[in-house]
Amino acid sequence: MDWGAIIENTFRGLLGEQFIYFALAAIGLNMHFGYTGLLNFGQAVFMAAGAYGLSMSVATLGLNFWWGLLLGIVVFPLILALLMGIPTLRLRADYLAIVTIAASEMFRIIARSPSLDRWTGSSDGLTAFANDFYDMSPFSTGGRYFFGLFIGNQMWVVLVGWIVLALVVLLVWLMMRSPWGRVLRAIREDEDAARSLGKNAYWFKLQALMIGGVFGALGGLLRAIGTQSAQPQNFITDVTFFAWVALILGGAAKVGGPVAGAAILYGILNFTDVFLRQLVDNGYISESIMDGTQVGQVRFMLIGLGLILLAAFRPQGIFGSKEEMALDDR
Amino acid sequence: MLTLMSHGRAIRFRRIYLLVLAVVAVLGFSSGSVSAQDDNSAEVKGSLIGRDDAGERIGIADVTFIASDESGSEAGRAVSAADGSWSISLPPGTYQVLLDESTLPEGQTLRNPDKNPAEVRLIEGDSKSTLFALGTPVEPSSEGSTDETTEFVEETSSVGGITFIQLTVDGLKLGLIIAMCSIGLSLIYGTTGLTNFAHGEAVTFGAVLGYVFNTSGIFGFRLHLIPAAVIVVSVCGALGALFNRAVWQPMRRRGASLVAALVVSIGFSILFRYVILFFFGGRAKRFTDYQIQEQWDLGWFRLAPKDLVLMVLAVVVLVGVASGLQFTRMGKAMRAVSDNRDLAESTGIDVEKVIRQVWIFGSALAGLGGILFGLTESINWEMGFRVLLLMFAGVTLGGLGTAYGALFGSIIVGLFIQLSTLVIPTDMKNVGALIMLIVILLVRPQGLFGRRERIG
Repeated sequence: MDWGAIIENTFRGLLGEQFIYFALAAIGLNMHFGYTGLLNFGQAVFMAAGAYGLSMSVATLGLNFWWGLLLGIVVFPLILALLMGIPTLRLRADYLAIVTIAASEMFRIIARSPSLDRWTGSSDGLTAFANDFYDMSPFSTGGRYFFGLFIGNQMWVVLVGWIVLALVVLLVWLMMRSPWGRVLRAIREDEDAARSLGKNAYWFKLQALMIGGVFGALGGLLRAIGTQSAQPQNFITDVTFFAWVALILGGAAKVGGPVAGAAILYGILNFTDVFLRQLVDNGYISESIMDGTQVGQVRFMLIGLGLILLAAFRPQGIFGSKEEMALDDR
Repeated sequence: MLTLMSHGRAIRFRRIYLLVLAVVAVLGFSSGSVSAQDDNSAEVKGSLIGRDDAGERIGIADVTFIASDESGSEAGRAVSAADGSWSISLPPGTYQVLLDESTLPEGQTLRNPDKNPAEVRLIEGDSKSTLFALGTPVEPSSEGSTDETTEFVEETSSVGGITFIQLTVDGLKLGLIIAMCSIGLSLIYGTTGLTNFAHGEAVTFGAVLGYVFNTSGIFGFRLHLIPAAVIVVSVCGALGALFNRAVWQPMRRRGASLVAALVVSIGFSILFRYVILFFFGGRAKRFTDYQIQEQWDLGWFRLAPKDLVLMVLAVVVLVGVASGLQFTRMGKAMRAVSDNRDLAESTGIDVEKVIRQVWIFGSALAGLGGILFGLTESINWEMGFRVLLLMFAGVTLGGLGTAYGALFGSIIVGLFIQLSTLVIPTDMKNVGALIMLIVILLVRPQGLFGRRERIG
């Protein structure tokens, strides 16, 4: 057993790229669910909007990297939020849930369809759209940084990710202190009461869906840059629930909740992943019980189990407060 | 003046001609892959290029390619387009891809006939090119010919009507199966308010359990599919009761909110799905019985005997369920609880008992639906989840919480999915149903049979 590798990977989970992508996605969900009470089960599509917004504009349309950023962070997610929000936000919460999860499935089918290969690269996805980003990297390719955790350009991705994450957290904190944020919370607590005070609840909910979608798209865009590819299987439906577990684990309706949740979640996931792989490689678990590919599936089972246990027994998560976190009294 | 007019007419003619070409192209494509599976996560493709009499490189159209899986049964087929390109969407697995030499045009022959069924291994998300070299010497280049002007022979124009009937039959079959699966979803929603995302896994579980009995066997002992189906249905019903008793009844007692219950059901959906993947594996599999059946050619459409039996069975079961709901004491109680729980309870109906019965029936029907799905398509670990979204579309169309609504809505969804392949590529057919779901919510959110008050 190589405990060094296990510990190193656990720390990489706590601070590394996956943590950044999913912390951003979970902050978006926090905007949707934690503050406004919207059940968005399609955050993966917002992430995909960011990833494909950038990659398609650069790799397919041949636009400049910066135009790609604009399309990926602003245009694509806003269009998506309007498409999903307009039909459903007047209805009961579970209709948005069904439509967003259906949107995830639609994305999967469309992105994988060979007939659109020219636009999306079908199941292989798109590559070579982030060269401008890596050209700006101040880090040398082979160097090890940050206690040796990150190598070369990985450090560049992680550093930019940390900065973006910090800015987004600051932004959310400011927004939630503002009167606008108080309206959102009022809608979450009692939509009729907010409406009777003259607030256009539908429009506020749509705004929350759009802004949370933009944060999700940022996460997806960074993921596409970090892996240097936009592939359909990186944004399947189940990806949404990684962000959900991160959100509920940390505590919804808290500014830092999703960040802490994502760090803890990826710490746990990376630990079990490497730990199980080591057990398999060293023969503590025989191949007949579990092999290398099956280790990857355990991570999804943990996500399912985490959702069940958190929702049933500790809906306020680790840091949330029961009064604000209303998973149980809505 | 005259020339101008005839010029205009010529343009209009060309437009119509192009339109016909486009329709023919779509028809040719869809009729070739009507039997393609739902889980088309991988594909095999190619470009069939030959030389014409003048030695020019041309695409060879209308050649049939058939992919068969390891058991030798057909998994998908395609017909090459005008530029010679073809592709078959398939679930991951190992396939023999056969070029049907009888469909090659005069004067074209395979250069290496012994390489004809070509073996391809597809993993999830793969897109593999397979080359069938044609005729005399020259190596066909693998570059895709994309923007060539297509020149069609209008010989398939009569196919339109027949394809329509064939797709209607296929759609009816799909709709009946979706209906069978979605009754439980709708009734559980009606009686408890729970949108049960784990219902799709009941469908997968039914199919997988059927596979275990029928194909892999227990201690080397294999059951025929019919007794296996009977056992599967009972086991699924029992597990539904257990699931209700172990998870949902305690949650109801604790007064858990519907949102919490929803999230818990999603958790179970993911957990069950990946546990099934862990044990069943990622590759699509099939039952042993009733796999290879000669299709009856009924003139207007083709149908395998198993499909006829399956559709009759589905109709019988659905009529049984509907009349059970309408006339029996238990069915009336279910509808009463669905309608107004408190009122039903105050008239002396044992609500918990009714909920238990709904879980048993709903899960048993979902298990049976899984077996039927496994018969028409293949069995894989996430089939239930795919079906779940179609069920949502059907149930929303019919009206959430209504049993008859679920029935009609699902059948319409099935028809819509198959018929939509007339206009959109087959591999994107489910998108049509999901777009329909969104449009319904925009236009008539309570569905065809629902009441307005449920949606607020």
